[in-house]
Amino acid sequence: MKILVCISKSPDTTSKISFTDNSTKFDENGVQFIVNPYDEWYALVRALEIKESNGGNVTIISVGSAGDEAVIRKALAIGADDAVRIDADPTDAYFTAMQIAEYAKSNGFDLVLTGKETINYNGSQVGGMIAEALDQPFVSLATKLDVNGSTLTLEREINGGLEVVEVNTPAVVSCAKGMAEQRIPNMRGIMAARTKPLNVVAAVAVDQMTTYVNYTMPNAKSACKMIDPSNMDQLVEFLHNEAKVI
Amino acid sequence: MSVLVYINSKNGLHKSAFETVTYGKKLGDVTVITTGSLSADQLATLGNYGASKVLVDRSVEGDDDQQLTRVIANAADRCSANTLIFSHDLVAKAVAPRLSVRLKAGLISGAIGIPSSDGTVPVNVFSGKAFGHVKVNSARTIISLLPNSIQPEENGSACSVEDFSGNAGSAGVKVLSTKKPEGEIPLPEAELVVSAGRGLKGPENWGMVEDLAAALGAATACSRPVADIGWRPHHEHVGQTGVAIRPNLYIAAGISGAIQHLAGVNGSKVIVVINTDPEAPFFKAADYGVIGDAFEVLPRLTEAVKKFRASNH
Ligand SMILES: Cc1cc2nc3c(=O)[nH]c(=O)nc-3n(C[C@H](O)[C@H](O)[C@H](O)COP(=O)(O)OP(=O)(O)OC[C@H]3O[C@@H](n4cnc5c(N)ncnc54)[C@H](O)[C@@H]3O)c2cc1C
Repeated sequence: MKILVCISKSPDTTSKISFTDNSTKFDENGVQFIVNPYDEWYALVRALEIKESNGGNVTIISVGSAGDEAVIRKALAIGADDAVRIDADPTDAYFTAMQIAEYAKSNGFDLVLTGKETINYNGSQVGGMIAEALDQPFVSLATKLDVNGSTLTLEREINGGLEVVEVNTPAVVSCAKGMAEQRIPNMRGIMAARTKPLNVVAAVAVDQMTTYVNYTMPNAKSACKMIDPSNMDQLVEFLHNEAKVI
Repeated sequence: MSVLVYINSKNGLHKSAFETVTYGKKLGDVTVITTGSLSADQLATLGNYGASKVLVDRSVEGDDDQQLTRVIANAADRCSANTLIFSHDLVAKAVAPRLSVRLKAGLISGAIGIPSSDGTVPVNVFSGKAFGHVKVNSARTIISLLPNSIQPEENGSACSVEDFSGNAGSAGVKVLSTKKPEGEIPLPEAELVVSAGRGLKGPENWGMVEDLAAALGAATACSRPVADIGWRPHHEHVGQTGVAIRPNLYIAAGISGAIQHLAGVNGSKVIVVINTDPEAPFFKAADYGVIGDAFEVLPRLTEAVKKFRASNH
């Protein structure tokens, strides 16, 4: 089975978020970048497990500039046979998805995996867009994935419950918590990642469909009102009369 | 402007449906597209929130992403919609991106408000640590609205309901079985949430959390380590790498308030923190704080809520 795993870089979860250029750009100053956790912990690790039990090939793909290769190498250290970097700034989900779909079309994969969303833009867009461009079924937010020949059996979250579904490959799946356990790369993996093939592919011309015009920060909270732990009637009273939430 | 609102009516009509119709009504003339077997009388009630018409394709029973994409695209053409609205739930996360490609329409997902005068729509970014203001560069727009972002408004009367054939085609995803926990309130849509963390010491102590949730009519949630160790199911894990929620009330007991946890819950309107440690970072993000032992405070709060509910509400 040939698997393509889409990864995105995202700021470390402890990063302080701020913006520059009149609040139009994310301030990368002093920010550590990591592989987006959903892509790494669930999509990539499950792809590797499938390869380990069924054989096949795992390719990592990311749309980004040369500076992003450090993050791609981090993903290669966990496993994967090779990586592809589409040489372009990932300006929006549509642009990014069309680049990946183009590569997938000309290289033929049985399975394309993404994380359920990135932790910076939280769009949950790229997987569904790739699936539509490839005219393949899409299983979103899968929490379990088993392969049996050309049939995939998956569990996925649905509104207020869980569903067990089956699709035939080729297909696109977005991966959520439950699918696999995070793997910590070992020294051998890190050494091997340095020499694994990382192919750079030119981007195709695609229009950007959305623009982030600017950013704002949430209003600071006013001081917290402290309530005596023995007086929960007072808390209920505040929630009812002051906050008006119950 | 013609607005098409997709509503998932498989399990009846919920608040998220009323929110999206209300939202659409603020932008233009609303047609609703839905599938399944809900009666015309029930669907007609969407008119109360501002829909002028409901189209229903009875041939589609499930949530297959390719079938829904075809039906919604055909409905959009039928009513010449230039804006499509979804509730940002699990079905929308599969279907809206497909439609974006099919209709060449820019997709704004995770919207938390209506477009402002400059045409940008506010969305959550960095898992709720900041807001982005997004515009589309295409003729058509798709907006996927986070639940609990706007209040439903009743301002109309029942509307017409029409059977519609959206040429759904065949399903690519075959559903083998469905598990639905009975009586549970889905977390992303919940208005009230009671959440607990490692401070509760073990899964056997969650009765206190469930009792308070039951007294309030709230959903339950937890911090990541609690789900990771298996004390609670994964779908209750809130935060940057779990579910992002924006309820009216979030009560957190025995949760320290790490930055990754706050990211998923700081959209809550009111936050109550119960913690033994006065230095717990969560107090900085709270509206009401109780320094105390959750094992004593939670049952006491449950009693106070029951008393309050019994007396007047
Ligand atoms: C990449 C990454 C992603 C992450 N994503 C998430 C995420 O999405 N969501 C998330 O929650 N975390 C996430 N985390 C973990 C996060 O950093 C914290 O470790 C976690 O939130 C702590 O959980 P906790 O507050 O339950 O436990 P602790 O930090 O152990 O805090 C327990 C708290 O309970 C209090 N306490 C103890 N006993 C009592 C008592 N009897 N009564 C009242 N209070 C008591 C203590 O004072 C303490 O404040 C992530 C971490 C990383 C590295």
